[in-house]
Amino acid sequence: MFRNMTLGQYYPADSILHRLDPRTKLFGTLIFIISIFIVDSVPGMLVIAAFLGAVIIISKVPFSFMVKGIRGIVVLLMIAGLFNLFLTPGDKILFHFGILTITDAGLKSATLMTIRMIVLIIGTSVMTLTTTPNSLTDGLEKGLRFLTVFRVPVHEISMMMSIALRFIPILIEETDKIMKAQMARGADFESGGIFQKAKSMVPILVPLFVSAFRRANDLALAMEARCYNGGDGRTNMKPLKYAGIDAISYVCIFVFLGTCIAAKVLL
Amino acid sequence: MSLIFDHVSYTYSPDTAYEVAALNDINLKIDDGEFIGIIGHTGSGKSTLAQHMNGLIRATAGSIYYNGQDIYDKGYKLKDLRTQVGMVFQYPENQLFGTTVFEDVCFGPKNQGLDEKEVSLRAFEALRAVKLPEEYAETSPFDLSGGQKRRVAIAGVLAMKPAYLILDEPTAGLDPAGREEILGLIKELHDKKGTTVILVSHSMEDVANYVDRIVVMEHGGILYDGTPREVFHYCKELEEIGLAAPQVTYLMHDLKKIGFHVDTDITTVPEARDAILRALGRKE
Repeated sequence: MFRNMTLGQYYPADSILHRLDPRTKLFGTLIFIISIFIVDSVPGMLVIAAFLGAVIIISKVPFSFMVKGIRGIVVLLMIAGLFNLFLTPGDKILFHFGILTITDAGLKSATLMTIRMIVLIIGTSVMTLTTTPNSLTDGLEKGLRFLTVFRVPVHEISMMMSIALRFIPILIEETDKIMKAQMARGADFESGGIFQKAKSMVPILVPLFVSAFRRANDLALAMEARCYNGGDGRTNMKPLKYAGIDAISYVCIFVFLGTCIAAKVLL
Repeated sequence: MSLIFDHVSYTYSPDTAYEVAALNDINLKIDDGEFIGIIGHTGSGKSTLAQHMNGLIRATAGSIYYNGQDIYDKGYKLKDLRTQVGMVFQYPENQLFGTTVFEDVCFGPKNQGLDEKEVSLRAFEALRAVKLPEEYAETSPFDLSGGQKRRVAIAGVLAMKPAYLILDEPTAGLDPAGREEILGLIKELHDKKGTTVILVSHSMEDVANYVDRIVVMEHGGILYDGTPREVFHYCKELEEIGLAAPQVTYLMHDLKKIGFHVDTDITTVPEARDAILRALGRKE
């Protein structure tokens, strides 16, 4: 049952986007988010959507995977959209019925807000779908290294992140195994009230905690046995390296940002 | 009474990028009272096959019948099937959770809805069957040694009195004495109580010494199905898929090569001993 859960929703494929340096993708996503909030006209938003569409085509990830992220926030989108639509005061009243009033400003802000949210979610999904969680942490560590100047333990934080990420699938598998084993002994996790259900989780949680602590202990020992003592002077087995494609991407990102700013000023 | 697999196939995560075919058109009939070994190397689908036997995994195609009833029928109670077909997972000691050994062993029979007296009776009976001294019943299972924990976990399944018992690598990670102990226990269950045993393993010695029938799995399909003698006759083919025949079988092959008249299909040490004595023309 847990096998269907995609973690960090990485979608394996062979595309330019998958091969990009994670730092480029992180930076690109950041610029993309900024530009979404710079642009405040509907045609400008459509330009951004078109750009996103092109990126999606390059990524070779099926569009259905992109939309998955939106499904979870449909309700939120609808509520926010409707509030914007009916409650924004404006000069021109387009529609009036009882307490419901739609103004031109309301229509504009509702449309913008909805497109903005959808584009924002799909845009960030593109990054998580094309980057493995591990290379994402690598990218973050490298990209945020300058923070060490301010005594932020960047390496330690990223190490914790990658260990946590590494352990999620293991623990999911473990949970699945323990659940099956207890089901084989006639355990029932579905029926009964809330207290009954909570009680039925004990045979899963106890072994899961025991195994999590054992694994953490083993890992700590294994790391110490290999003389791990933190970030200073550590080298990487596969150091992140920018390639030509990254330079091209950076140019594209800046051209995109420039276009967005120009659109904001001119339109 | 029997367990029948009829054209069973299983695919992990169908219709996604992670799609993997784990079982491929399996046809298998297991009769009451059999002692079967399922062998195959890692990823051959043997554990997946075992988990179909008590309905923990639902086949993506085909049907499974237990005592003539389709276990995927709407009204069929899988919970009952699971108490009939007991399953001991790999490293079962990792699933212990009770505050005492006794409490943990009681979990299965309690879920069967038995009354308290019957539950305790069965728990003690199961602990006796795995030869765990009674004074351990009130200790925490986490204070026991690895081998003892495993026996407690097996007792937890035995307490449900299953007619079929599936064991997935029950000897993994145990020392030779521990292996003998666990396998001896299982054999006793089969011989004395008539429990049908399905032993999933990749130790050829374990399988050759105890089972009556071997099913060899490869790439999610059944490659060979027969008595140990029949199956280990294909020792060359078994090697090609990363398995092997028991050591004594190779010994017999070598003896034959240097001129002794011995049977090369021998799979256990006592058989080998008799054959060698015969070849030497001696009785003892």
